[in-house]
Amino acid sequence: MVAADPVHEIVSAVYVAESRRVLATLIRLLGDFDAAEEALHEAFRAALEQWPRDGVPGNPRAWLVSTGRFKGIDALRRRARFDALEEAGEKADIAVEDGEAWADEASVEDDRLRLIFTCCHPALAPDAQVALTLREVCGLTTEEIAQAYLTRPATLAQRIVRAKAKIRDARIPYEVPSAAELPGRLDAVLQVIYLVFNEGYAASSGPAVTRHDLASEAIRLGRLLAELMPEPEVFALLALMLLHDSRRAARSGPDGELIVLEEQDRSLWDHGQIDEGIGLVRRALAARRPGPYAIQAAIAAVHAEAASTGDTDWGEIVALYDALHRFVPSPVVELNRAVAVAMRDGPAAGLPLVDAILDRGDLQEYRLAHAARADLCRRLGRADEARASYERALALTRQEPERRFIARRLAELAGREERR
Amino acid sequence: MKYVCLVYLETGKLHAVPDRECMACGDGLRASGRLVAAEALQPIEAATSVRVRNGKTWITDGPFAETKEQLAGFYLIDAADLNEAIQVASKIPPAREGTIEVRPVRQLNPD
Repeated sequence: MVAADPVHEIVSAVYVAESRRVLATLIRLLGDFDAAEEALHEAFRAALEQWPRDGVPGNPRAWLVSTGRFKGIDALRRRARFDALEEAGEKADIAVEDGEAWADEASVEDDRLRLIFTCCHPALAPDAQVALTLREVCGLTTEEIAQAYLTRPATLAQRIVRAKAKIRDARIPYEVPSAAELPGRLDAVLQVIYLVFNEGYAASSGPAVTRHDLASEAIRLGRLLAELMPEPEVFALLALMLLHDSRRAARSGPDGELIVLEEQDRSLWDHGQIDEGIGLVRRALAARRPGPYAIQAAIAAVHAEAASTGDTDWGEIVALYDALHRFVPSPVVELNRAVAVAMRDGPAAGLPLVDAILDRGDLQEYRLAHAARADLCRRLGRADEARASYERALALTRQEPERRFIARRLAELAGREERR
Repeated sequence: MKYVCLVYLETGKLHAVPDRECMACGDGLRASGRLVAAEALQPIEAATSVRVRNGKTWITDGPFAETKEQLAGFYLIDAADLNEAIQVASKIPPAREGTIEVRPVRQLNPD
């Protein structure tokens, strides 16, 4: 191993702490994502050269922004001379005039919000919003994102290139939306964060139940947004993610097998995270009209506060699903409500509700609907129906731990038959 | 920057929005200085397709594509950025019946 060089270590630490902030500001100053990324690299390269010689500047971030801006304008001017592209020259001039605004704390924090809102602009495709946010806001590499999403790096790189091209060609502005647009645009940002979280938490395919990194990345994004934009629904989403994630250690066994809520060892839940989540739920519910994330977080909080499934206030959960259904009239919400009714009033009360949803055909391809039906039939001792529904769920799942869980249930059913 | 807002409507909805509403929309945009040009189009039955292949001109009736929606008109507007263009598009009356496709114009490059 190479002996640790203290200045190199400082540069690395500054990179981790500041590179996303510096990038966000450089995009504003240079008016272009690619130019800003290049300038960011140039600035850190210069830091590696100059800091060992001249000492570490008092405000490393300001130094990096001003160095990056200088290098970026230089590059734009050189390019402008080569291609005689008027536009690049124009941009460089704008950048020079804008030079005074870069240093102060408030505009730097605004830049981080501008970056988030631009990456999550609804004019970009949802998968492009996710990829761009992970790349630009979280600083994940294309390879890391591709790995997390089980996609080829080339496919992912292509998606990001196309998104940046649209930002440039359609001129998606680098700004925080106006008050009139904000509610809708904030929803889009929350949706991207929740998509990232869910992909990490309930990996829809692949070998593991959770993909730790994406869930943690989403929580970090949630924290950042809560700091920059302290709105009730932002607190609520952060709470929802913290409360779900608090069960991570209890959700899978030593061999990665899925453990359902009912069978989880609740002493393994992260109680620090639960306390933080519940505190945030309270703040979110204090809003005049709690939004859909606040209601979902409240449901997660009811679970988190119970010592066991038997101890859970299922009446409260049914009422919260009713409230959620008014916001999000989706069959999945209805299904969750039906399961809560079964917990409150017994499986015989839940089964007709689940059957009614399945009979409408809405959730015929949804593995969890069949798994829920199978579970209720199992509890009612209707083994044949349970088996048929588990088999249907098994055919629909692409996730290995779920497959093993269902296979175990099927084996238990077969065992029970034999004993008879 | 210029954007063209292409108005797509299902055939049965071509007259769902009264003409006077569309005229008012155009007048408002013109007054605000954002309108470059706007026209409503005759239905696709009045269209003729022209192709030149190997120096020969081919003329056909149509195009009668499989899609349910057809181009019913366009607005060429001047907007600061996509957000402003989206704002304008959302106020074009047929947006509530069909789809407005917002496209940035491309500068031709003489080289």
